[in-house]
Amino acid sequence: MAMAALRREGRRFAPLISPRPITAVRSSPIAPSHEDEGPIGVRYISTQVVRNRMKSVKNIQKITKAMKMVAASKLRAVQSKTENSRGLWQPFTALLGDLPSVDVKKSVVVTISSDKGLCGGINSTSVKISKGIHKLNSGPEKETKYVILGEKAKAQLIRDSKKDIELIITDLQKNPLNYTQVSVLADEILKNVEFDALRIVFNKFQSVVSFVPTVSTILSPEIVEREAESGGKLGDLDNYEVEGGETKGEILQNLAEFQFSCVMFNAVLENACSEQGARMSAMDSSSRNAGDMLDRLTLTYNRTRQASITTELIEIISGASALEG
Amino acid sequence: MLRRAMGLLARPVAAARARSFSTDLPAAQTADSTFVEAWNKVMPNMDPPKTPLSFMQPRPATPSSIPSKLTVNFVLPYASELTTKEVDMVIVPATTGQMGVLPGHVATITELKPGVLSVHKGNETTKYFISSGFVFIHANSFADIIAVEAVPLDQIDANLVQKGLAEFTQKLSSATTDLEKAEAQIGIDVHSALNSALTG
Repeated sequence: MAMAALRREGRRFAPLISPRPITAVRSSPIAPSHEDEGPIGVRYISTQVVRNRMKSVKNIQKITKAMKMVAASKLRAVQSKTENSRGLWQPFTALLGDLPSVDVKKSVVVTISSDKGLCGGINSTSVKISKGIHKLNSGPEKETKYVILGEKAKAQLIRDSKKDIELIITDLQKNPLNYTQVSVLADEILKNVEFDALRIVFNKFQSVVSFVPTVSTILSPEIVEREAESGGKLGDLDNYEVEGGETKGEILQNLAEFQFSCVMFNAVLENACSEQGARMSAMDSSSRNAGDMLDRLTLTYNRTRQASITTELIEIISGASALEG
Repeated sequence: MLRRAMGLLARPVAAARARSFSTDLPAAQTADSTFVEAWNKVMPNMDPPKTPLSFMQPRPATPSSIPSKLTVNFVLPYASELTTKEVDMVIVPATTGQMGVLPGHVATITELKPGVLSVHKGNETTKYFISSGFVFIHANSFADIIAVEAVPLDQIDANLVQKGLAEFTQKLSSATTDLEKAEAQIGIDVHSALNSALTG
């Protein structure tokens, strides 16, 4: 028994010199308790697992902090463009008003979302609003179709509304956003999709922490004529003289297309801004969480380390006192 | 049930906000009430999305007498060149020719062709060359000019204009499909307008 104690003693000193336990550590990364049974009933408390976790959490914290900085710089770049484009849609709303509750047969919902993830809940909000508008505009003889911009909305909408999707466009932000690109996009949509009313769903950028889901409605020229004749909000559109071109219809057609491309440009920019802002706040809360987790793990690590030292001391002392007495 | 109550509370709050903004203006709406109601019926658990009406700067009503100045908004996709600037007159290049707009002009919607836009205020005139766009003249002497590109005339290089004109004329003569012909024709129109803007 004394020999066993001596052997235990010998083994006991080794971990004090080198921090790594020499016996094979049957470490289970899931289990938070790190007690191990060696071959002769020797007990090691391993701090290796905690240390591994601390290393990976610290890396995650560094990565999310870096992502936040990147998102902040991208936001600064897009924000100035967005604020400059805000004057673009106001004249159209001043002229044609805003009729989201217009009653039409064919509505097309254009959902704008991001291609990359890790940007908080903005894409889910856009998809929920698009589905709400779809429900709002469904009924006998009415149909609603989707045009999707961005991978995230595609992934969500393709699951249950696959047959209602007309067009999917991705990789919008490969080159910096500009009006030419958006007008080509608008042209594609106008060519391939028939509509009475287009409803663009996007997140409007109010501030770095606030993004408001918004829907902009654009009516086709026939519906504009119909609403103007029936009076109501567009009633005084008839008072406007239309100059140039052969017919009034042609001008109204050009107007609708121009309005679509302008409103689309603003919507795409606002959504890009909101995406960067949401990513900033998501990465910020993620790095804060990682910091909290690191603090907790450090406490556990210290407790484990102190417990193992205490255990070793107890065993040494009891071994030594067994030798004497 | 609580959410419906909150929805009901939200509308008077929105109306109160509208009232606090409009000082001498008629009641400007900040939300389309039929839309909000229809939304709350279909999706009671979610707030309705905002519409451009809530972000709109309200416009004054038509005054009874003709105002002395014309208020001009000149916007481009990349910038708002002029926002509610009070001027005496603007001359816009409409498709039917140069059109002068004075305060009290009849309400009009006009399409623009590439040409020179000049803004007259007092004795000074600012000239821009714009690619096409639209101009809306409202009854309350507000003019909204929306163009895709605009450059002040002194930033146009005459040599490049000549080169461009020659290039597009050559493209027109060698064009085969209708699309190419149309594109070349547009190029010629823009460049000859640039040319006459520089000279005239």
